[in-house]
Amino acid sequence: MTVHQEVVGRLAQAVISLNGPGRYVHWGFIQISVANLVVIALIVVVFVAAVLVPFPRRSGGAR
Amino acid sequence: MTFDPDESGVGLQADLPEDADQWSARLRRTAVSALPPARLLPDRQPAYVASWIYVFGALTLAALAIVVLTGMVLAIEGPTWWHLSRDGLFVNSMHLWSVELFFFFMVIHLWGKFFMAAWRGRRRATWVTGVLAFVVSIAAAFTGYLSQQNFDSQWIATQAKDGINATGAGAYFNVLNFGQMLMWHILLLPLVVGFLVIVHVLLVRRRGVVPPFAPDPEDLVVPVGDLSVDRTVAP
Repeated sequence: MTVHQEVVGRLAQAVISLNGPGRYVHWGFIQISVANLVVIALIVVVFVAAVLVPFPRRSGGAR
Repeated sequence: MTFDPDESGVGLQADLPEDADQWSARLRRTAVSALPPARLLPDRQPAYVASWIYVFGALTLAALAIVVLTGMVLAIEGPTWWHLSRDGLFVNSMHLWSVELFFFFMVIHLWGKFFMAAWRGRRRATWVTGVLAFVVSIAAAFTGYLSQQNFDSQWIATQAKDGINATGAGAYFNVLNFGQMLMWHILLLPLVVGFLVIVHVLLVRRRGVVPPFAPDPEDLVVPVGDLSVDRTVAP
């Protein structure tokens, strides 16, 4: 492994470490992993953006 | 109908009166009537399609194409390659992450179509094939986790067996039987998903993309000048 790869690898681990057991959120009888919760939150964010963000149109006007 | 090998376009003659009752002629007429070429591959879409929420069906298809292509490479090379070699690990990761994106885009597509009631306008079959494709895709992904050939797949199989057995299907769908799960994952379920997706897309082409709801007249009141005056515009 080159020095560059080593540095990039350590930086990535510093941001998101996937070593060790997964973390879970408990809420009553509901139990969900933080990873799945993040994915669901991302889906909601992208869905809202898809509805609200204007779609680029051609300069020639609406077809 | 005579067969002349020297004739240009031989074998392409169609709609001869004496052949009209053949099953091939009837099937061709039905197919062309349901999906004429201009509808099957249109050049333009309605103006209301110009929204990001209409993009996610095509994104789901693109992700599915990557899933299938990377799956083919994994099938050719085998588990030793995808576990140990650098290229194998890369393609294995591509397979995983394209599946993640496939479900990510499909869920947004599903929510968008649900909230615009996409089964309107004789589009029930389109909606139902989409729902079935979603459900079968979950089974395909599940058998994929069981086919990884690592400790993760063993753990998932031993955890899932009790759930599957509780449904009564364990005798026929044995998650501890690796060969059976691999066959479901690389043969049976891809065939079903592929068939459902093709039918789904053809139905979208046949019925067209569902239009948005008509605006509520109450929303068209223009609050200009005297607010007591109702300026409702007829839709």
